[in-house]
Amino acid sequence: MKAAVLVFPGSNCDRDLAVAFRAAGFETQMIWHKDAALPAGIDIVGVPGGFSYGDYLRCGAIAAQSPIMQAVGAHAARGGYVLGICNGFQVLCETRILPGALMRNAGLKFVCRPQKLRVETTDSLFTNGYAQGAEITIPIAHHDGNYVADPETLAQLTAEDRVAFRYLGNPNGAVDDIAGVLSANRRVLGLMPHPERAMEPAHGSADGAVMFQSLAQALVAA
Amino acid sequence: MKATVTVMLKSGVLDPQGEAVKSALGSLGFDGVAGVRQGKVIELDLAQGTTQADVTAMCEKLLANTVIESYRVEMHP
Repeated sequence: MKAAVLVFPGSNCDRDLAVAFRAAGFETQMIWHKDAALPAGIDIVGVPGGFSYGDYLRCGAIAAQSPIMQAVGAHAARGGYVLGICNGFQVLCETRILPGALMRNAGLKFVCRPQKLRVETTDSLFTNGYAQGAEITIPIAHHDGNYVADPETLAQLTAEDRVAFRYLGNPNGAVDDIAGVLSANRRVLGLMPHPERAMEPAHGSADGAVMFQSLAQALVAA
Repeated sequence: MKATVTVMLKSGVLDPQGEAVKSALGSLGFDGVAGVRQGKVIELDLAQGTTQADVTAMCEKLLANTVIESYRVEMHP
C-alpha cells in the first residue's frame, strides 16, 4: 500500500500530507516535480496544498505543466487514485484531470478557519468512512477556492453524484457551495479543505483522519 | 516580432477584483463607471518564424484557462 506525495517549489503542505498517509499505514515517498515517472506500485498520488510556483500566472497553472503531472495524468487514466488538496485541487483542474476551475474568493480575502462541510456522497473510497449527509469540520486556508464550472458540467457532476463535499456557510462564493469533486471513475478527489490538518483531536478536529483510514482499509484489501 | 496576449475572464464569470475596483472608483467620486473587468496582458518577444497559430496554441495550453478565461492575440511586426 504505497502513496506518493508530489513536491513543487512552493508546496507547503507536502510533509503534513505525508504524515497523514503514514499515520493511516501508507508507505509514503516524496516525489520531486521534475521526475518524469512515478515509482512502481504507487496506489495513490497526493497533490499537496501550498503555492506551487508562487501562484504565478494562475494558481496551479505552472505546476500543471511539470513533468510529474504527465505521469500523474497517466496514473489517473489507468485507474490510479489521486487526492488533490487546496493547491493540489487547483493543479488537478488546470491539468483537466478534474473539471472546472478555482477563482479568486468572492470576498477577495484569504480565508483561514475551521469550516463545516456536508458529506454529499459516500460512494468513493475517500468518503465511504463517513455517514451520508454527515456534517464534518475540516480547516480551509485559501485565496482562490471559488469553484466554477459551466452549467453542463455542474448538471453532469450532480447527475453522476460526483460532488463529494459542500460547504455549510459558503466561505468563497463557490458555485452550488461545492468544496470537492470526484472524477468520473470516482478515483480522483480534489477539494479545497485540508483533511491532513484534521487528523487528531489536538488539531481541533479528527474528521480528516476518516478519509485516510477508509482509503487505507480499501487499498490494503485490494 | 512581438505578440500581445490579452486574457480576460469570460463574460458571465463574476470578476470580484473588477467589482472591488469599481467600488473603489465609486468611493473616490468617479460615478461614471457602469462596470469594471480586470484581466492581464502578456507581452511575448517572439523568435523568428513563430506564427500567430503558435501563440494561439500557447494560449490554449498555458496562458489562458479557457474554462473561465477568453484571450485575444495581437501580432506586432
